[in-house]
This record gives sequence, structure tokens and C-alpha cells, in this order.
Amino acid sequence: MAEKPDQTGKKLGMWLFLYTEIILFGGLFVLYAVYFSWYTPDFILGAKQLDLGFGLANTVILLVSSFLVAASITAVQKNQRPFALTALAGALVCGAVFLVNKYVEWGHKIEIGIFPGSEKLLDGPAPQNLFFGLYYVVTGLHGIHIVIGMVLLGVSFVLVLCRKITAQDDAVLDNCGLYWHLVDLIWIFIFPLFYLVV
Amino acid sequence: METAASFYETPEPARFSGIWSWLFTLDHKRIGLMYLYAILFWFLLAVFLGGVLRLELMFPGETVLSAQLYNSAFTLHGVVMIFLFIIPALPAVFGNFFLPIHIGADDVYFPRLNLLSWYLYMAGGAIAVFSLFSGGFADTGWTFYVPFSISTNTNVSTAVFAAFVLGFSSMLTGLNFITTVHKMRDRAMGWLQIPLFTWSLYATAWVQLLATPVVTITLVLVMIERFFNVGLFDPARGGDPILYQHLFWMYSHPAVYIMILPGMGVISEIIPVFARKSIFGYKAIVGSSLAIAIAGSLVWAHHMYTSGMSDTAVFVFSLLTFVVAIPSAIKVFSWVATLYKGAIEMTPPLFFSLCFIYLFSVGGLTGLVLGAAGANIHVHDTHFVVAHFHFTMFGGTGFAFFAALHYWWPKMFGRMYDFKKAYIAAILVTGGFMFHYVPMFVLGLQGMPRRYYDYLPQYAQGNFFAGFGALFMILGIGLMVANLMASFARHRDAGSDPWGGVTLEWTIPSPPPVHNFVRPPEIMAYPYDFSGVTDRSAQRPKGE
Repeated sequence: MAEKPDQTGKKLGMWLFLYTEIILFGGLFVLYAVYFSWYTPDFILGAKQLDLGFGLANTVILLVSSFLVAASITAVQKNQRPFALTALAGALVCGAVFLVNKYVEWGHKIEIGIFPGSEKLLDGPAPQNLFFGLYYVVTGLHGIHIVIGMVLLGVSFVLVLCRKITAQDDAVLDNCGLYWHLVDLIWIFIFPLFYLVV
Repeated sequence: METAASFYETPEPARFSGIWSWLFTLDHKRIGLMYLYAILFWFLLAVFLGGVLRLELMFPGETVLSAQLYNSAFTLHGVVMIFLFIIPALPAVFGNFFLPIHIGADDVYFPRLNLLSWYLYMAGGAIAVFSLFSGGFADTGWTFYVPFSISTNTNVSTAVFAAFVLGFSSMLTGLNFITTVHKMRDRAMGWLQIPLFTWSLYATAWVQLLATPVVTITLVLVMIERFFNVGLFDPARGGDPILYQHLFWMYSHPAVYIMILPGMGVISEIIPVFARKSIFGYKAIVGSSLAIAIAGSLVWAHHMYTSGMSDTAVFVFSLLTFVVAIPSAIKVFSWVATLYKGAIEMTPPLFFSLCFIYLFSVGGLTGLVLGAAGANIHVHDTHFVVAHFHFTMFGGTGFAFFAALHYWWPKMFGRMYDFKKAYIAAILVTGGFMFHYVPMFVLGLQGMPRRYYDYLPQYAQGNFFAGFGALFMILGIGLMVANLMASFARHRDAGSDPWGGVTLEWTIPSPPPVHNFVRPPEIMAYPYDFSGVTDRSAQRPKGE
């Protein structure tokens, strides 16, 4: 009874939490699925107006960052602290670049008058409003998750730095890594749904 | 029994004392009690609101509430009862207190997360209170249906945000319980040796975990619509308001099973103890809990027969709704069969449990009237729905909560309450309940719609009776709470096992010590084996 519970429980808890995140986005994907099946041609037109270059760049950036996070976990387990710290810093930079890209992309769209409640969308065809509405809501919510993920990676970075995360006790880093992979995974679904349906 | 300092005397962590030893506690028992106080406060507030609503309806025309105030009041009654009382009542209070003890553990797996859940719960309640004083409380009903929830001028955003925060609290509690059952269970305890209350909490936790995020995103969308006017549910802009209803009920129907499953677990604990007889169909009850959790997640659209779905969808959801009735009925049969030829000892918790079985059965059977696609068209959105819903939620979960309070009170506080007053309170509540809700069935069949502050003259008699019943019910609830509070004036004399229970909480002192067990728990091969208890009472001079 007094014995220390095994550490796998922490991971179990994290996996359960990740289910909830998937279902959270699942609600939005349900909306997307319904509206896409109703208004397929309009969604294709909408997707053509998005900049594939930005989407592709962000996909690559997130995949690289996920690799770096995975590498940092392995490095911690092998007691290679400097490498782990470099990899985590690299992942953080990737996250920041992703957000900058997103900012530029959104900024451009808002400049040409495409944003929720804009006159262009209100006067245009209704389905297009839905496409861009979903675009802003889904990528916005994903962006918030990127920020949360970066905070978690930042905390992990500090903990590795002060030797709180070690090869013996790396559950925190593992869980933060799982969260980051999830954020990456969700983007892997968002990217084709919005950029590649042309 | 060993003497051990109770958890009241031993703060955990030990460095805190006084009020801080509660606010920063990681002890699952203290957190459970903190939930109890907060939940009782909200419950009594919502009972009061419900009483005012019925007072308005007792007489035709405007009496105590204006139409606008009535709309806000029934919304507040619904939001508080659903999100602040029924959903957390049994898992957060009794689940927190007894789940770890039931499985021979000294705490939940994530004690800090447990405390965070409590703070999220309190924050959600505080936000709801705040929204009362900023722009008027939402007047949408607790369902927050679009397009009204997006266009009304009352402060829907804050109310929705409160529900959002409370959803997180509930989700994290579920996550904690699943991990605890998997990782903290005594090694000697196999899956089919887990007490049924804990089993029901485990099934509930999965529903909390898998369904709550859907309502989270739905409520977020309501806020986004109010702030940014995206138009995702606006038909003028291509959206579909019915999709909102789908998303909402995809959570909120499973949520009624979040509310009732732990209640069924409580009844499954209490019935065998006072029948002195092993529970009938342990495996069937476990299986039906899981079946309810799974099938209950697939019936959401039966709230939407009149919203404009296809006939095929109506047929499928109606069929699935009838399927959910089967595992619920299995439980009722098991409880009744447990009582059959048992050596029944009448006590207040058993009395509440028997009332539960009756009221819940009525609620469940009238649910089939609503689940049948044809009959539903006739009674949809009438007082029949109100009566059905309260029979299952109040007659079901509410009575299970009362039963749990009376069953575990001596364990939690070490004090016994007065039986006679408890019986009088129970009879007042149950009698008032019948007087209150049965007229609503009739009113509903006659066509009185729900959610209006006024009605046609032909409904006056039924509404007057219902308000009369509400008075008795509120008196009974007041007496019950006062009787329980009066037990604090007594000595801690309840003893470790006042009822003759056999699950692990009855093997430890009342109130339990901070680490629950003073010596390693002995796991019985079967959790409801009363042969030891009946032997003991046979040896007593009085005898059986």
C-alpha cells in the first residue's frame, strides 16, 4: 500500500488526456465533414485561395520539430544533456517559426478582406463563409495548442537544464513530447483538409 | 478495532495547518468533503430556485417572476443542477472519498490533479455567480441552443464559459479515476472483485473522458460565434443550427448516464448490505454498467425527433434508445432479486434506495414513451418531458445521493444521525416528489408546454397541486439536511462498521486515518460475501 506506484500510470493519464484532445478537434472535423459533403465545389474553390506554400512549409516545420522532441527524449535517456537541450531549443524555434508563418498567412488573408464577419465573406456565397469560418476556427484552435505545447516544451527545457528531468525520471519530458506529437498529428489532418482538397 | 488518528487530525501534506490544511490538501478524503460542502450549497440554491419557479406557476398570470426573470431563473436552475450538482455529486464527493478505499489504495493516482479539479469546480461556480451580476444570466435554458444563444442580449458567454470550466473539472476527475483503478488497485484484487460502486465510477469515468470534449468544443463555438460572428450555425450563411443540437447532445445525452451510473452503483452497494445477502448478478451489473456507458453514447439524437431529421435517423435512434433500457432493467431486476428472501434490515439508506428503485423505474419507463418516435411527437417539449427528466435525475441520482449521504455519513464523520427524523424527511421528500411531478405527467399529456412562465386556464389545477407538492419536498430536504447536521452535536460513536458492510471501507476506523488503512487490507475472494456478518450477528445474545 505504501509502495510507490509505478511511473507508467503517468503515461496512461497522458494518453487518456490525448483522447480528449482528439475528440475536441473531432467535433470540428464533424462540422467540416458535413459542410464539405454539402458544398464540395465551394470548399475546393476556397482551398484554392489558400497558400499551399505556407501550409507545406508549416507541415515540414512541425514534422522536424516532432523529430527533435523525440531525439531529445532519447538523448535524455542516454544522459546526453547538451544534445537534449539543443534538440528542445530547436523544437521551440520550429514552433515559433510555425506561429510566425501563421501570423503572416492570416495577416495576408485579413488584408484582402477575408476574416469572420468581413463584408467580402458576408456578401459572397454562403458556403465560402463556412470554409473560411472553419479555417479560422480550426487553425486558430490549433495555434493555441501550439502555444500550449511550446510552454510545455519550455518547461521541459528548464527542467532538463536544472537536472530535474533525468534518465531515471523522464516522465514529464515524455508526456510533453506526447502532447507535442499530438499537436503535430492534428496538423497532419488539418493540412490536407484545408490546403489539399483542391 | 485499532485506534488511529483520523484524517481530520492529520493534515496531508503535514506542513499545512488550519484552513490551509484544507485548501492545499492532497488527501482524497478532504477533497471529497470540500466537494460535499460546495455541492450541498449549490444544490440547496437550485432547490430554492426550483421552488420559486413552481411558485410562479402555481397561479395563472404573473405572480412572483416576470417572463424574462423566469427564463433566466429556469436556466440558472438547470445549469446549477446539471453542471454544479448532479454531474459532480456522486463521483466527486463519494467517488473521491471511497474509490481509493474500495480498491485498497491510500489515495488517487494524481492527488494534485484531484485538487486542481476541485479548484476548477469552484472557479466554474464563481464564474456562474459572476455572470449573474454582469448583463443578466443567460435566458436560453441549459441547452444553449443556437441561434437564440448567439443573438440574445443576456450574458450567455460567461454562463457558457462556466460550463466549459466545469467540463474540464469533470474530465480530469474521470481521467484520475481511470488511472487510479488501473494503477493503484491492490494486487490481490482482480477486476471481478472490485465493488460495484467503483465499477460504476469506472464506467462513468470513460464517458466523462470521451464525451465531455464534444461539449467543450460546442461551448467554445458558441463563444466564438458571439465574439467573432463566424456564422457556422447561421442558416443565412450556409450553416445548420441542427448541427449544433447534434454536437450538444452527443455530449449531453451521455452526460445523463454520467449522472445516473454512479447512482446505480450506490444502490448496488446498499441493497446487499441491508438484505444481508450477496448481490444478485454481480457480473450482470458490471456488464450492464459498461453496456449503458457504450449504448448510452449512441442515442443522442432522440432529443431531436421534431428538429427536422430524416425518418431513417429517427428510426435508428429510437431503436437504440430502446436498447439502452435493457441494461437499466437488468440492474433493477438484480436489486429486486437481491432483496428477495434476504434478511432485510430497514435503515434510512435502504429506505432511500427503495424509493430510488420505484422512482427511477417510473422515470425509465416514461423515457420509453419519449423514445418512441410516434409518442414523442405528441409530448415533445411538454411538461411530460420535465416530469420524466426529474423522475430519472432527481428521483434517480438525487435519491441515490441522499442514500449515499445516509449510508456513508457515519464513515465520513464517525457520527450517526437520528433515524426517526431521517425517515420522516425521506417520507416527506418522496411524498412531496410524487405530488410534485405526477401532475406534470398529466399536464404534459394534456399539452402544457415547458419553459413558459404562464399557461392556459385549463392547466391551473395541475400546476397548483405540483406547487403544493414542491412545498413538502423542500420541507423534507430541509429536515434531512438539518438532521444530518445535528449529528455533529453527537460524539464520534458510529464505530467502524455500523451497518454490517463488507467492502473495504467498513474494515477501517470511522473517520478513516489519513492513509486509509492501518494494516494491509485483506481482499475477499468475492466482494459481497456476508457469511462473516451473519455469523457475527448469530452469535450476539439477541440473535437473528
